[in-house]
Amino acid sequence: MSSTAIEIKSKRGVWGGGNEPLKASYGKLMMWFFLLSDIFTFGAFLITYGAIRMSYPAYEGASAEFVSSNEYWPIPEMIFDALPLLHGMHFPLVFVGLMTFILIMSSVTMVLAVEAGHRNDRSDVVKWLLWTLLGGITFLSCQAWEWSHFIHGTDEGTMLEYVNSLNRLVSETVFGANLLVNEYGPAPFAQLFFVITGFHGFHVTIGVVLLFLAFYQAAVGIYEQRGHYEMVEKIGLYWHFVDLVWVFVFTFFYLI
Amino acid sequence: MAHDHNNGLEVIPKDPAKIKKIWMTALILLLITAFEFVLAFTMDRGVLLYALFIILTIVKAYYIMMEFMHLGEEAKPLFYSIIVPIIFLIWLVIALMKEGAEIFQMRW
Repeated sequence: MSSTAIEIKSKRGVWGGGNEPLKASYGKLMMWFFLLSDIFTFGAFLITYGAIRMSYPAYEGASAEFVSSNEYWPIPEMIFDALPLLHGMHFPLVFVGLMTFILIMSSVTMVLAVEAGHRNDRSDVVKWLLWTLLGGITFLSCQAWEWSHFIHGTDEGTMLEYVNSLNRLVSETVFGANLLVNEYGPAPFAQLFFVITGFHGFHVTIGVVLLFLAFYQAAVGIYEQRGHYEMVEKIGLYWHFVDLVWVFVFTFFYLI
Repeated sequence: MAHDHNNGLEVIPKDPAKIKKIWMTALILLLITAFEFVLAFTMDRGVLLYALFIILTIVKAYYIMMEFMHLGEEAKPLFYSIIVPIIFLIWLVIALMKEGAEIFQMRW
């Protein structure tokens, strides 16, 4: 009987404040909640992409003979094949592969920063955060180039028949992409590209700001005064999540 | 800079095994990505290839969440409250891709 009484007492204690539900600190728990809701947001994007993608005709024929048209969904390796400074040459998926590599590596340096934080090693935290920051900024720069190339398009463009903004059916050569029409494929292809990679890029931008904050605070010794490096851990969770989303965006957008 | 650590925070020495594990995870992630590239250029497009891509992506997601985000070390209720919704989400992705294919049949 007495053991029951003790149990009730400790159960009341759970709601009394000053403890850690689910054995996670307040900040980490809230970060996980946020990430779960963000998973749903990106999940919705991927579901939209998958459903729209499958509701359009697929390109049938050899990849090498692919010609853009708004009649069918494009093959990603024939669309994303450009590299900076190498104008008009065909390097299928090389640039996006590089971007994936950069983001995965920045995730690795982030986990090393978190590990250094556990050891209270200020100089290591600062070093690895700086590498992560560099990776994040490089990734964003790559994405800026990718977007710019996608918007401006190729030299040849594509001859398309489409309904223009004046609601008229026109037949003309289209260069690059906007939300109404694009030279690569059906209009939703570019729309989904802009929304999904744009939203992901927005997350990376926020991540870079947070990383800079952590870098600064670690460097000037704020975390050392605080006695722990939990902030690095929380921002690390966010940064890994951004990497996780990119893994899915990469598969759905550039491979499938 | 000798009195860098004068706030009573003791620097714990590195555990090489831990660091090695992090780099091993990175290597696995990069190898899977490289393998995906090989598949993209060697296999014919189709359901089999797409299924392989999705499975490999989930494997990568597993490594990122378990090794980088340390989700496996969290309390079990927290772990399942994150994992279970994601499993249903994957179901929804597949279900609506199927639904999109049905819309295609109706439309074209």
